[in-house]
Amino acid sequence: MSKSITAKDLNVYYGDFLAVEGVNIEIAARSVTAFIGPSGCGKTTFLRSLNRMHEVLPGARVEGELLLDDDNIYAPGVDPVTVRTMVGMVFQRPNPFPTMSIRENVLAGYKLNGARLSRSRADEIVEEALRGANLWNEVKDRLDNPGSGLSGGQQQRLCIARTVAVKPDVILMDEPCSALDPISTLAIEDLIGELKQDYTIVIVTHNMQQAARVSEKTAFFNIAGTGKPGKMIEYDDTHVIFNNPSNEQTERYVSGKFG
Amino acid sequence: MTSSDEPQSSPTAVSTATRPQASSLRTSDSPGVFGDRVFSTLALLAGVTILVTLAFVALFLTANSTGAIHREEEGWIVGQFVEYAYPLVVGTLIAALIALVLATPVAVGVALYISHFAPPRLSKSIGYVIDLLAAIPSVVYGAWGMSFLGPALVPVYAWLHQYLSFIPLFSGSPSQTGRTILTAGVVLAVMVLPIITSVCREIFIQTPKLHEEAALALGATRWEMIRMAVFPFARAGIISGVMLGLGRALGETMAVTLVLSPGLLTASLISAGNSTIPAEIALGFPEAPPGSERQAQLIAIGLVLFIITLIVNMTARWIVSRHKEFSGAN
Repeated sequence: MSKSITAKDLNVYYGDFLAVEGVNIEIAARSVTAFIGPSGCGKTTFLRSLNRMHEVLPGARVEGELLLDDDNIYAPGVDPVTVRTMVGMVFQRPNPFPTMSIRENVLAGYKLNGARLSRSRADEIVEEALRGANLWNEVKDRLDNPGSGLSGGQQQRLCIARTVAVKPDVILMDEPCSALDPISTLAIEDLIGELKQDYTIVIVTHNMQQAARVSEKTAFFNIAGTGKPGKMIEYDDTHVIFNNPSNEQTERYVSGKFG
Repeated sequence: MTSSDEPQSSPTAVSTATRPQASSLRTSDSPGVFGDRVFSTLALLAGVTILVTLAFVALFLTANSTGAIHREEEGWIVGQFVEYAYPLVVGTLIAALIALVLATPVAVGVALYISHFAPPRLSKSIGYVIDLLAAIPSVVYGAWGMSFLGPALVPVYAWLHQYLSFIPLFSGSPSQTGRTILTAGVVLAVMVLPIITSVCREIFIQTPKLHEEAALALGATRWEMIRMAVFPFARAGIISGVMLGLGRALGETMAVTLVLSPGLLTASLISAGNSTIPAEIALGFPEAPPGSERQAQLIAIGLVLFIITLIVNMTARWIVSRHKEFSGAN
């Protein structure tokens, strides 16, 4: 199921403004890769270009190639809707659909595909996805309650369950823990460790300890100044980035000298 | 409660302020406190004014309508009044229903186009045009419906009668002037369109980006995203908009008076006949002698319309609140 990601000279624009310039990166399947860097350096923008969510904003566009295994998702004729079913995304703030129950939230992706599910099959999917997101035991008795009634951490795991339910190849996480308390954060981090056995995971985080805890490889993004494009400065094994980075900017950032 | 900079404090405020050891926490010398009070009093007054006005209207209608259901010599004549009122009630509801059935899908579609599909510049100008529709006086709509739309619909009614007369709605001989309840309904639809559209547009625009993106990230097309994130979020707003439109359609007087040639209650929408409460009042009131039973009768159906509108609004509130815990407000 899981796929690798390769970016070749990827430029990301907001209208005429070049937000991220010339990213070349290879992300292995079944691994966790963290993007770190100061605010506004383009890591979230780049992440959103990995499932073509970037272009949802008016005027936003991408140049270059982005390969999912061997398929360029920016090739002409590729439907962004198909790309997004293969590359799921978890957002900074938990966003379960407020009008849906927990169960309906998990099945939301299936409903989109128009699949007619039998009651028992739907039950299986819900249980599997919620177990996969370590949420089953907490919600199994109230699956028909609104998803928005859960705590923030539970909501975020519900969002992960919703993403996992449709079995994507890649899961993108945009600061998934930034709105959560430490206990919930720990739960999500444990979950990431389990999910990487089946999925390629890319996570943007402001928390460097988190990057160090969960990821195998880390990419450091930086920006030369306001109005300048963000760039990927260094990409290496996480322990190298944090202990022995080759670039001076990276070293200054991970050691807390700026940012 | 206590504010030192306010000379005429209320008795309670004085009693707290005169405590010998009034701590500095209790006395506020911020000038904002006074403003706060003025504002809350104004807000309270505004709220009370509405209630009082409403109460007076209800009181006036009730007091003046007793003549319609009670005669000195015969006693209670409720049955007679009901017989008089029910065709008008049904006619009013039919006209309003036609208006809503025609206007709601168009309004929701236009609002969606403006909020989610049109390029920004175009959506602005469409918004203006829709708002302009609301600015046209109803007498103009009435004149348009009477002299243009009615005659234009005559062949349509003839066609409906020829092919669909097995449906009771289209049986009966089609009107030769086009001044039917269906024409009135179409005119009303145009009139309520801007109300429903602007309410829907406002609410569609407010759909949280988070939820839209959640749907898109799951692989939803734009239409699926709208069904998944926009409509559920906007549900209460759409209902409010429709109910506002219904309120206008129920109460609209001038346009219906001009368009409709009133008659007895009939199931046919395409022949002359039917009337609505506002049209009946508008046509009958100038001829009713003050203090007469006829005038009381007209005021009484006015009261009936008032009650219908009240019920409509309360139903709308109930529908909106029924799914409160799923509304996303929590």
